[in-house]
Amino acid sequence: MAGNVWVLAEQWRGQLSDITYEVLALGKEVATALGVDLQAVLLGHEIKDLARSLGEANSVLYLDHTALATPVPETFAHALTFAIRARRPHVVLIPLTNVNWELGALLAAELEVGYVNACKDVRSEGGKLETRSLLYGGKMEAIVNPGQSPAILGILPGVRPTDQGRADAMPPVEELTVDLLETSSIRWKRYLEVEAGDIDISKQEVLVSVGRGIQSRDNVALAEDLAGALGGAVCGSRPVIDQGWLPLSRQVGKSGVVVKPKLYVAAGISGAPEHVEGMKNSDLIVAVNSDPQAPIFNVAHYGINADVMDVLPTLTEAVHSRKEVKKHAA
Amino acid sequence: MKIIVLLKMVPDVVEELELAADGKALDTEFLRMIANEFDNHALEEALLLKEKYSGTVTVVALDAPEVDDALFTALAKGADQALKITDGDGTLGTRAGAYRLAQTLSSVPGLLPADLILTGAQAIDDLDGLTAPLVSHLLGLPQLAIVTKISVDTTAGVATVLREFPGGVRGEYEVKLPAVLGIQAAEKPPRYVPVAKVRAAMKSQAIQSVPAATAADGGVGLLPVEEMSKPEVTEHAQMLKGSPEEIANQLCEILAARGLL
Ligand SMILES: Cc1cc2nc3c(=O)[nH]c(=O)nc-3n(C[C@H](O)[C@H](O)[C@H](O)COP(=O)(O)OP(=O)(O)OC[C@H]3O[C@@H](n4cnc5c(N)ncnc54)[C@H](O)[C@@H]3O)c2cc1C
Repeated sequence: MAGNVWVLAEQWRGQLSDITYEVLALGKEVATALGVDLQAVLLGHEIKDLARSLGEANSVLYLDHTALATPVPETFAHALTFAIRARRPHVVLIPLTNVNWELGALLAAELEVGYVNACKDVRSEGGKLETRSLLYGGKMEAIVNPGQSPAILGILPGVRPTDQGRADAMPPVEELTVDLLETSSIRWKRYLEVEAGDIDISKQEVLVSVGRGIQSRDNVALAEDLAGALGGAVCGSRPVIDQGWLPLSRQVGKSGVVVKPKLYVAAGISGAPEHVEGMKNSDLIVAVNSDPQAPIFNVAHYGINADVMDVLPTLTEAVHSRKEVKKHAA
Repeated sequence: MKIIVLLKMVPDVVEELELAADGKALDTEFLRMIANEFDNHALEEALLLKEKYSGTVTVVALDAPEVDDALFTALAKGADQALKITDGDGTLGTRAGAYRLAQTLSSVPGLLPADLILTGAQAIDDLDGLTAPLVSHLLGLPQLAIVTKISVDTTAGVATVLREFPGGVRGEYEVKLPAVLGIQAAEKPPRYVPVAKVRAAMKSQAIQSVPAATAADGGVGLLPVEEMSKPEVTEHAQMLKGSPEEIANQLCEILAARGLL
């Protein structure tokens, strides 16, 4: 009999992440196409109650161990490897977030099977799996047919709508006892919380976001001017934060904040998947980029193929003069 | 402290990417290759650690177009040794995935052991895995990826490492050396080195070539790509055209219509 489809239910600090539901929705489609069950796998310590929220799955496999109370990737990989060897699933879907970043690769290495990274979709036809991975910063896609079983697949955020993977049903939960040694070579210490910034960008209605295309710290002022004119705030992509041009509290994306403003202006941002997952649900997205092929134009509603250094000041001026006109008219 | 940095050449995605005739890979003929951005951060972190704790930095790369430039640049920045793994036709680094890289590295004689093996948290062409976890597994060493800070207690042989989590939160770990760390961002942006210094390195220093080990991969390894293509665009942005002023005015109309102005 063919093995089931597994979804790793991602939990972080005792909470299920949204991506868990997205991947469950995808898993359901794959399981249905293969004619097998969808199982959610939950790993942790004293978090069994979370299984109640995994109703999209036919059942939940729960592994509890004190060693799983702290986020040491290798320990999670050992536990999951143990479960896979015991139950032989056919497909294992791993949510690709910062929480489980290394897990898929570690798992594949332990099991000596291949791993497919960065899947934006998985389909199954006639029993054959087909994955579609996003590569080269979102500029190319690669189709792979993972042959062996289990197929370990890393799934990007946003594969399916979150709500599609939520269900009210109470799934049956089965516990699997696992023996784990806490690895002596890595010791978990603690979380360092993000230093509170002056503003919370997730609460702003208008965000002007700058990427590496802004080229220097001084040029960030151009974005600040536009944000000021529009009554919003400035944020940025990872390289801008790494350069120290904006504080960490202003980073949008996978490692940063997820935002959903009424307006998101992406200035000099290429649209790498790790950035896009943090802003794709914004109501209105306007992208400015000098590369007409930039993947951000596949996410934006409106695009401007030009130099940010020209566009930002001109736009700021236009906004100001429009406000002037409005003020006089009032 | 002995530090190894794994550096991989990847296509510069600022350039237009073209597909090969078989539709399964990129056309390498017109590709401009650059060092993977995250590997550059790994090199920077290694150089910072060397400055702080003293030791040596060895940079290892798979042969690929422009790899010599990248390796001489690393030497000019302060790396002590540069190794190039070759397979004869100079395209190893454009074909090898993370798995192959990991396998090849663990077979270079004299390279190991090292106290730290640093590489990028990811590369833009990582289809078959991520280098840090794969290398760590093959070498039986502990690993962490998405690392943003390392401090070392050289006498105790342990490193305190910060690894990223969502929302700007970081996790602190104590890792026994030797270890493999996937660097997300060095503590400082990668240093700039003037071309003159790279040229000087080309004259005074040398890159060592090491033949690639044949991958003993038992079926595991590079995944066959069935098809490669540009992403199908379901919804492309509506492009605003005209002079900068015209574009600005069009956008103002759009914003006003949505009550944003
Ligand atoms: C685990 C992990 C987590 C990550 N988390 C995040 C995250 O939270 N947030 C994030 O943003 N990234 C994150 N990244 C990094 C991500 O992969 C990309 O490297 C990053 O988003 C790229 O930022 P960018 O678009 O500003 O730079 P680039 O990709 O370098 O793009 C710069 C763009 O600017 C354009 N440009 C250049 N000059 C001009 C000009 N004068 N006018 C107009 N356009 C111009 C270029 O055409 C290009 O498209 C993460 C990566 C990893 C591995």
